[in-house]
Amino acid sequence: MRGLIRKESLQIIRDPSSIGIAFFLPVMLLLLFGYGVSLDARDVAIALVVEQPGPETSSLISGFYRSEYFAPRVMFSIQQAERAMMERRVDGIVWLRSDFARQLRSGGRAPVAVIVNGVDANKARLLQGYVNGVWLQWLSRTSAELGRPLHIPIKVEQRIWYNPAVRSRNYLVPGLIAVIMTLIGAMLTSMVVAREWERGTMEALLVTPVRVKEILLGKIVPYFILGMGGMLLSVVMAIFLFHVPLRGSLAALTLASALFMLTAIAMGLLISTAAGTQFVAGQVAIVITFLPAFILSGFVFDIGSMPIGIQWVTHLVPARYFVAIVQTIFLAGDVWPIFFVNCGWLALMAAVFFVIIRKKSHKRLRI
Amino acid sequence: MILMLRRIFSLMIKEFRTLLTDKKSRMVLIVPPVAQLIVFGYAASFELNHINYVVFNEDRGVESRKLLSGFAGSDVFVRYGTIGHNAEIAPLLDTTKALMVLHIGQQFSEDLHRGRPAPLQIIIDGRNSNTAMLALNYVREIVLSFNENWTRRHGGARAPAVLMQRSWFNATLDSHWFIIVGIVALLNLVVTLEVTALSVAREREAGTFDQLLVTPMTPFEVLVGKSLPGLIIGALEGTFIITLIVLWFHVPLRGSIPALYLGLFIFLLSAIGIGLMISSLSVTQQQGLMGAFLFMVPAVILSGFATPIENMPQFVQTLTYLNPMRYFLIIVRSVFLQGASFDLLWSQYWPMLLIGLVNLSVAAVLFRKRMY
Repeated sequence: MRGLIRKESLQIIRDPSSIGIAFFLPVMLLLLFGYGVSLDARDVAIALVVEQPGPETSSLISGFYRSEYFAPRVMFSIQQAERAMMERRVDGIVWLRSDFARQLRSGGRAPVAVIVNGVDANKARLLQGYVNGVWLQWLSRTSAELGRPLHIPIKVEQRIWYNPAVRSRNYLVPGLIAVIMTLIGAMLTSMVVAREWERGTMEALLVTPVRVKEILLGKIVPYFILGMGGMLLSVVMAIFLFHVPLRGSLAALTLASALFMLTAIAMGLLISTAAGTQFVAGQVAIVITFLPAFILSGFVFDIGSMPIGIQWVTHLVPARYFVAIVQTIFLAGDVWPIFFVNCGWLALMAAVFFVIIRKKSHKRLRI
Repeated sequence: MILMLRRIFSLMIKEFRTLLTDKKSRMVLIVPPVAQLIVFGYAASFELNHINYVVFNEDRGVESRKLLSGFAGSDVFVRYGTIGHNAEIAPLLDTTKALMVLHIGQQFSEDLHRGRPAPLQIIIDGRNSNTAMLALNYVREIVLSFNENWTRRHGGARAPAVLMQRSWFNATLDSHWFIIVGIVALLNLVVTLEVTALSVAREREAGTFDQLLVTPMTPFEVLVGKSLPGLIIGALEGTFIITLIVLWFHVPLRGSIPALYLGLFIFLLSAIGIGLMISSLSVTQQQGLMGAFLFMVPAVILSGFATPIENMPQFVQTLTYLNPMRYFLIIVRSVFLQGASFDLLWSQYWPMLLIGLVNLSVAAVLFRKRMY
């Protein structure tokens, strides 16, 4: 038993690529995501088409220049702006026609056209929201200046809990930890059993007195330690480099991570046992770990808004439970109902995986 | 020349055989991309259509009920329940049972009738900031239409100017389109890397690479023979995905199809170059897989697939110019949604071609190094 763990550990140490994936990958990904990925648009390029400049138009335009969300460019014809949009140089157009000032003064509901590039619909939505913000500020000021102050019947007051500055990094980084841990756990282990079969060393192992349980345990322990190391590194980076607040307890985080790591490793071993060859194991690992963890875990895309059939599918993605736990522990604290429900699912998945692995390995050993 | 073609052809056939004779490896090339397209096509969207909210209404007037009926009539909001105390808010939001609480104070109707701004307090779970911002946008839309109705019925100054919003290329701003079309690039990258990244390492592990060395094949021929299966599988799979997107998901294909295919061809070349490079650098299949992975994950993240490149810091934006997927995403999206043709896309073709040629040459050099 100890010998097996030693052998597996040696194999990890001698092949630097698995150590690489356990430590280099979290660091690289967290850096890329933390610094590189944000859903908060800043400095969106927009074209401001001013057909006839005047004091009214310049007050609206300066509103756009002051806003941190826009990088405006003034143009003088709509054709020029439309061409810029086709060539993807701007993402939106604000069009003030030549009679804008006249209509404004005469109280004739001066129209301002806003055209957004809908190819990236999410960004277009956010852009519309930002334009609205600038617009409403300008409107209430201008109405007051014109002597007809705007009456606002209902005013929306927002309190954003857990993430008052609405930093997308605060939820992307914890979610990313879950994605990375899926990769590490499942990817690293997915090939280990297949490798033994392909190289013929599994048969050598079979003639020794070790039992199936011991072989499996010997494979789990080193990768578990490796994965927890990567986890620790990611958490440290999240807190100290990206300043994501950790409001829950470290104990809860550790417990959930350990449970998740076991599930991920179990998934990897299952792939490995079922696949037979390293090629197939590798493909399957890519297909059922990275992309589902990225898309179906609720890490970026909201699960509640998916069609009901797909929501069922997400229950098969272990990362889904871990994303919920990690985002909550980081941003909201130890919320026990969330913690226990999701941990329960993880434990169930791990148990099912291990039972299947036991059955599969057993049969093979008897052949 | 003919001999060379025949040699390349037979290597290609052999590559296809290794990929396709084993039933399991045939399955992993065909089934997952299709399943993924369907699942992700439905799943990957920033749209919210199920915002659970809880009402905390302390007002006894009619107006608050009218406002709430606006939420009840919307198809994105789902009422989860009603509460009567401040203390009930935290458990609901903590456990994510509700995304937000609408709090209407005691003075609401009175404020409205006296012409004072009546506050509607929204307490929202900001854990996922994007969801929170989008949900708040929906709330504002409902409040805005309530306000307009109110002003129309009770008089009051009309706004001197109005905003008219339109969107080009995607009138309803359905973010499904953006993501589904992007999946063409995503799945093609994955499949091509899978096919090529392990191909040399597998031979090396099996010892057959040495046998390849003693054949009269030149490194160039080996390179071509190893590239062709990836190119053919990628092209077939790409065609299949594009057809499915048009016929199943009903995304409009507005631009020039030859322009799309030119893009696909160059993209596959560059992906194959990267895959073969990884493959010839790695000694074991596990290393090949890790290498493919270490390339693929950042390539997907830094491609603009889910999050816009413009939001990245300048340094990372510069890095994305090395990523072929960045260019191909622009090409598929422009051709599908914007109706682009060759003239708008040259600036995307040539950098991708350059990346492809450089990678293929490096792969060829690595082959030669390992061969002689």
